[in-house]
Amino acid sequence: MSLSESLRSVTSGARSVSRLGEALGKQSRSVRWSFGAICILALYLLPWWPNVPVLGWIVETPGTSFPSVLTDQVVIFVLVALGLNVVVGLAGLLDLGYVGFYAVGAYTVAILSSQHANLPWLLCMPIAVLVSMLAGVILGTPTLRLRGDYLAIVTLGFGEIIRITANNMHWLGDSRGISKIATPPSIGPLKFTVLDAKPYFFLGLTTILIVIFLLRRLENSRVGRSWNAIREDEDAAELMGVDTFKFKLWAFAIGAAIGGLAGSLYAGKVQFINPSNFPLQLSILFLAAVVLGGAGNMWGAVVGGALVAWMPERFRGFADKRVFVFGVALVLVMVFRPQGLIPRKIRKERWLESWKPSTETALGHKE
Amino acid sequence: MSDNLLELDHVTMQFGGVTALDDVTFAIRRGEILGLIGPNGAGKTTCFNVMTGVYTATSGAVLFDGTSLAGFKRFQITKRGIARTFQNIRLFPDMTAIENVMVGADANHRTSVGGALLGLPRHHREEAEGRNTAMELLTFMGIADRAGDAARNLPYGYQRRLEIARALATKPQLLCLDEPAAGFTPAEKIELMELIRKIRDQGYTVLLIEHDMSLVMGVTDRIVVLDFGRVIATGTPNEVQDNPAVVAAYLGVPDDDA
Repeated sequence: MSLSESLRSVTSGARSVSRLGEALGKQSRSVRWSFGAICILALYLLPWWPNVPVLGWIVETPGTSFPSVLTDQVVIFVLVALGLNVVVGLAGLLDLGYVGFYAVGAYTVAILSSQHANLPWLLCMPIAVLVSMLAGVILGTPTLRLRGDYLAIVTLGFGEIIRITANNMHWLGDSRGISKIATPPSIGPLKFTVLDAKPYFFLGLTTILIVIFLLRRLENSRVGRSWNAIREDEDAAELMGVDTFKFKLWAFAIGAAIGGLAGSLYAGKVQFINPSNFPLQLSILFLAAVVLGGAGNMWGAVVGGALVAWMPERFRGFADKRVFVFGVALVLVMVFRPQGLIPRKIRKERWLESWKPSTETALGHKE
Repeated sequence: MSDNLLELDHVTMQFGGVTALDDVTFAIRRGEILGLIGPNGAGKTTCFNVMTGVYTATSGAVLFDGTSLAGFKRFQITKRGIARTFQNIRLFPDMTAIENVMVGADANHRTSVGGALLGLPRHHREEAEGRNTAMELLTFMGIADRAGDAARNLPYGYQRRLEIARALATKPQLLCLDEPAAGFTPAEKIELMELIRKIRDQGYTVLLIEHDMSLVMGVTDRIVVLDFGRVIATGTPNEVQDNPAVVAAYLGVPDDDA
């Protein structure tokens, strides 16, 4: 089987996933909910997938423990892709320094639980989210007046500034990094230790589900509509009464908060971080995840994040050539699915079919 | 309350060495349809852009409802009650027609991130209100049958109407239409002018830029004529039609008169 054949099957798989989504959209609420419940259950069982015949051969990661690929890579990338999708996919702001927020989250946990204090992880995590959010606001306030390429360059600089600062400040552990970072507290049988990655996976997956739930609420509101309008035509949006600066700043802050959340999970899992964990390359990979999955589509971000994280591990058997294989895979996916694996959809206005005019007046809203 | 909804008071707009608007003064009265006409490059659209805050006038003032608009951001001007359409259509192409209009309706809404995350009652109330407003406006403009389609997939005439619906959704006092009938067939133009008259009858004040003289004559109450950035005539359609300066601007001056 040639590589391009197998990739063709990946893209056709993505196409059938989108088609499945459309078919499901036509089903009744109860069908959709039970399908969702089964999917979620299957996801919680992900660490055991390699034991299933055929499926196991597809997902397995030779040479690396599958559960730790899930926790150290997949969960983090999915979360980050969800956050970056708000900034890039919804609001249309090109952010090339997203790793900066991820680093801020990880370093906040590291400082507060090991380097300078002994706070528990559960307390550090929300602080890390708030600090990253603040970092987003601080970066966004002066820079969101820029557009397009200029914004991309400034954010690129931000990511590097964070890494270089951490590398050179003794207070941040300089290049040696920070070790003995606190782990999440054990809940009953779920013990967060180095030996077992599964509890981290359950925690990460739960976090992802909560983030998806909250992001959906935002997408289906005035906020999501404003983001879309800004992406489509910023000037027109502003002339239609959208406070573009405020909503761009919110997009930045929310994206940053999710990036910081991913960073705090990562720090709690690996318990040791140093500046080399946060290279520029990671920002590019995060962006690749969003674009590969389908910018502007949350499910695309999930799939893109998971693939970008998992593929290099799956291809580890190719030894030195695995990054090359990964690159070819990305290029081919882009050739066959230029809008991403699960492209952004035109909104389905389900309520339209049942809409009835409330008054007889043509312009009933006029006072 | 003064009769004038919007006043341009000695507005001059320069771009480098080019004077696009030269000491322009005119007023829009409440409840009228004012036509703004002039040959290509006369400064009609620049006039719109100064009024809606896209440009800041080099000198002079724009007064809306008696207060100067200087220092207000564009979205604030929209919220104060000036809405516009664009000469070259600028919809949100990948959003549905209904979403486009709802963005306009959101100008009157206050739900932000907190309200949306928590699903506060105001969020639900505003969403429902936005949908109703949007559907009523789409129905009024006669394009409700394609409400769920992406704006970019709509026929040209629908897109033009959708822009007007989106502008109306912001609940403006003053509706500025920048060549809304551009590219229409004569029959479509007449239909649109009918619609504009209906909009005025609902209590809106309308400022209309239009190229086609005969159309403007039919629908407007008063007309302001611009040429090379100056107001060369103001008056009722009949007065303007007979004004020699207007005739000269549109048709040119015979050589032996020059």
